[in-house]
Amino acid sequence: MDSSLLQPTLYTVKGIVIMDNDGNRILAKYYDRNVFPTSKEQRAFEKNLFNKTHRANAEIIMLDGLTCVYRSNVDLFFYVMGSSHENELILMSVLNCLYDSISQILRKNVEKRSVLESLDIVMLAMDEICDGGIIIDADSSSVVSRVALRTDDIPLGEQTVAQVLQSAKDQLKWSLLK
Amino acid sequence: MSSFKRDKKEEEDGGGNPFQNIEKTTVLQEARIFNENIINAKKCTHILTKILYLLNQGEQLGAKEATEVFFAMTKLFQSKDVILRRMVYLGIKELSSIADDVIIVTSSLTKDMTGKEDLYRAAAIRALCSITDVTMLQTIERYMKQAIVDKNPAVSSAALVSSLHMSKIASDVIKRWVNEAQEAVNSDNIMVQYHALGVLYHIRKSDRLAVTKLVAKLTRMSLKSHYAICMLIRIASKLLEEEETSNDSALFSFIESCLRHKSEMVIYEAAHAIVNSRRTTSRELGPAISVLQLFCGSPKPTLRFAAVRTLNQVAINHPAAVTACNLDLENLITDSNRSIATLAITTLLKTGAESSVDRLMKQIATFVSEISDEFKVVVVQAIRALALKFPRKHSVLMNFLSAMLRDEGGLEYKASIADTIITIIEDNADAKETGLAHLCEFIEDCEHTSLAVRILHLLGKEGPRTKQPSRYIRFIYNRVILENPTVRAAAVSAMAQFGALCPDLSENIQVLLARCQMDTDDEVRDRATYYSSILRQQDKSLYNNYILEPLQVSIPSLERCLKDYIQSKSDEAFNIKSVPVVAAPTEEEKQISNQKTEGMLISTGPPRPVVSREENYTEKLSAIPGIQQLGPLFKSSEIVELTESETEYVVCCIKHCFTRHLVLQFDCINTLNDQLLENVRIQLDPSEGYQIVKDIPCQKLPYNEMGTVYIILQFPDDLPNTVGTFGAVMKFVVKDCDPNTGLPDTDEGYDDEYMLEDLEVVLGDQIQRVTKMNWAASWDESANGFVEMEDTYSLSSMNTLEEAVKNIIQFLGLQPAERTDKVPEGKTTHTLLLAGLFRGGHDILVRSKLALADGVTMQLTVRSTDADIAELITSAVG
Repeated sequence: MDSSLLQPTLYTVKGIVIMDNDGNRILAKYYDRNVFPTSKEQRAFEKNLFNKTHRANAEIIMLDGLTCVYRSNVDLFFYVMGSSHENELILMSVLNCLYDSISQILRKNVEKRSVLESLDIVMLAMDEICDGGIIIDADSSSVVSRVALRTDDIPLGEQTVAQVLQSAKDQLKWSLLK
Repeated sequence: MSSFKRDKKEEEDGGGNPFQNIEKTTVLQEARIFNENIINAKKCTHILTKILYLLNQGEQLGAKEATEVFFAMTKLFQSKDVILRRMVYLGIKELSSIADDVIIVTSSLTKDMTGKEDLYRAAAIRALCSITDVTMLQTIERYMKQAIVDKNPAVSSAALVSSLHMSKIASDVIKRWVNEAQEAVNSDNIMVQYHALGVLYHIRKSDRLAVTKLVAKLTRMSLKSHYAICMLIRIASKLLEEEETSNDSALFSFIESCLRHKSEMVIYEAAHAIVNSRRTTSRELGPAISVLQLFCGSPKPTLRFAAVRTLNQVAINHPAAVTACNLDLENLITDSNRSIATLAITTLLKTGAESSVDRLMKQIATFVSEISDEFKVVVVQAIRALALKFPRKHSVLMNFLSAMLRDEGGLEYKASIADTIITIIEDNADAKETGLAHLCEFIEDCEHTSLAVRILHLLGKEGPRTKQPSRYIRFIYNRVILENPTVRAAAVSAMAQFGALCPDLSENIQVLLARCQMDTDDEVRDRATYYSSILRQQDKSLYNNYILEPLQVSIPSLERCLKDYIQSKSDEAFNIKSVPVVAAPTEEEKQISNQKTEGMLISTGPPRPVVSREENYTEKLSAIPGIQQLGPLFKSSEIVELTESETEYVVCCIKHCFTRHLVLQFDCINTLNDQLLENVRIQLDPSEGYQIVKDIPCQKLPYNEMGTVYIILQFPDDLPNTVGTFGAVMKFVVKDCDPNTGLPDTDEGYDDEYMLEDLEVVLGDQIQRVTKMNWAASWDESANGFVEMEDTYSLSSMNTLEEAVKNIIQFLGLQPAERTDKVPEGKTTHTLLLAGLFRGGHDILVRSKLALADGVTMQLTVRSTDADIAELITSAVG
């Protein structure tokens, strides 16, 4: 029982992983040296995690001593891991921030292709959300404002017809897939 | 055509992965454009992304490659492109641990960190701190202090977080920033507040008074950040936990007030803290439980999960408190998230009354086929706990388990069911026959060799003692006909047990064994021949030693001894008595191995080999000069504390018993940071007859490091004198030293000494617990050859039989046999059977008949191969 009393520390997040719908790692960060120190162990864990989560849309699972919260969209899976006694809601807030920031960065096109196209910005966003296991920021709009967005974020009135059409198409696709 | 098809496929995949086919060498080649005079920001960003992607995929860079890339990257500081610059920071952080001479970028980063561009500053601080070491920290200290109190929240947060990271390498420097952190706690920005609290707590955590003040101040000012409040709740509950006096009402009422916070995160944290506190009474639990109950109905799976997981924990200690939520929990059984459903089931099983067991099992039956194997295992474990709690319900549970056993499932799942049935059989004599029947039926159709072997072993152990042993023979012999060699061999061993224990079956078994001697497999033939020839002798003592009792030695020790034996090339025959016997696991150890978080899925890895405590110590002790000659280690005692836990010096003792010697291991810790102790000795005042052979002092005992002093004593020849009390004083030379560096101020110290509590050497230290599978047979056999002593005692201080049994076992240090340590309810008499081994390899068997009438009366019969030992035991009691 005693061990379940949470230690007061800022080191909350043990890892953040983004995978595609085949279980391949797109980005993965592990913050605790004692949790999966080698690349091989990380891969094994990710494989296991993906197998257990890709069918059941259940949001939370406890696996190998970690509490993992997750969320998926189109062909992407987002995971945030913490220790098994961690406050699940804190982990969830990190996951939501990760998802929302990426969604804003990619203008709601949360899918593998767009993530890979803007991989640099997504990397920066992940770095702004969590640094070495400490939550830096869990507010998506502030995260987005900190990761210098490209300047092609033009208001609707100044976009060309083609651009508007494209974004309308994207929006439609997104709402259908949701 | 085919290429067109592939294109199309890639199109559907979302255009393929542009990073899919990149190679390390190519990318490192490409990275050379970083060195060009005019920097193409877009191209460089792309290449940098590729490098980071490769690293992220687990690609390893050598130190040389990393350094090359790192230096090329420093050229990119010329570019003004924001994204490129930020990617460079990321690159610096990633490569800082691999590349050499990373401090080269210190000045560039310091410039960015103090510059005007806000987008650079925060990230630059974090990158800078990742490349800084202790010596460089001095030069940037001024900037860091400024950054912590910067009005830009991102900069302030970055500085705080980085200082926390750096406290691992330079905690004293960070401690000097306490004033800045104090100021940052008052910041308006929620994240800054959170990070500042984390840093402040980290700096002050060893100073209890300061932490108390910090918490008192912050609880009054009502923090804005939810994270910070969660952190504060954790600090407060930690304080509460450490407190020795009664509940500090201010801290507790703060935590309780957080139950009414508007954020769910905070409410849950508070409820979690209350529930997990050791001191919480059931009355205080009330509000926390009702909050969790509310969460059970939430539409968010995470919230439901958190609630039900916490309730599950409560159910372990306060099952009554959770019964109020039973209705909500029953609704969760059908939850789409299987983790939640399983946790709900196990919680219900913990809280359920005997009357609701049938209903619950019905509910589980409808649900169990839908869940995966891992969750089924969790459910099976819960059923096991239930069976132990309500032994009368065994028939319902057993039926349910056997139905589960018939279903499809993997080895792990089947093994956990078989385990559960075995536990129930061992715990509950009434369930034995049905349980064995279910298991017999199961091995008829069992594809897992390891499981079949275990069950056959169990049948051999338990079967002969049932009313109708002959009915099991058929099941066992069937295995000999139908299975693979491993199972056949196990079946032969099981049959031999029947032959040895049931004289009327012996002849039939001989016939079956004779058939097995024609087997195609060597091992099966060997076993059959071995057992059949022993059974032919018709000698009870042979049966006991070679069929019924398994090998008592610990396997790793046996391996080690055999290796030594082969190397020594001695002419003498190997003496199995020289191998240390394996200690029977104590109750506590068993519990520890059972402990694990419920609802947790564990992917199976190779199980760690179980190493006995003695085996651990043997390795440590064999490094000490003078100890190796003493022979094999016989037994190590539990740790005995010789000081209060919060004194200047903390000393504990472990008693290692050898055949003729006693080694005392004193583990000392010096808790004064301004003292260095040298030449630490323990002056021992042994009781009569003991001789100190050697003492090995600890040369140096710096602050907070464990040092060990050993004393080797020779046991007195007179056995009754071996039990005694030793006075102990710790003597040492003190040198005052600088708390920060740990170096002594002067070379001269002064002598000092410290009184320790008395050390008792008891009977149990010299006895190793031994499990006797067949105690009665050993007892019968021991009638001749052993010395018997008998005496009657009245244990007036004991009020129940359970209490008496527990105390006798603990006092004598013997292992209860044939489950006689469990006293059936409502009985006024009980017979406790014990077995053990005295140092030097003398067997001890003890029968203790207990009767309850105004206290407990005990008739103790001791049999041992040595008369003195038997006398020692009878005289030690009472």
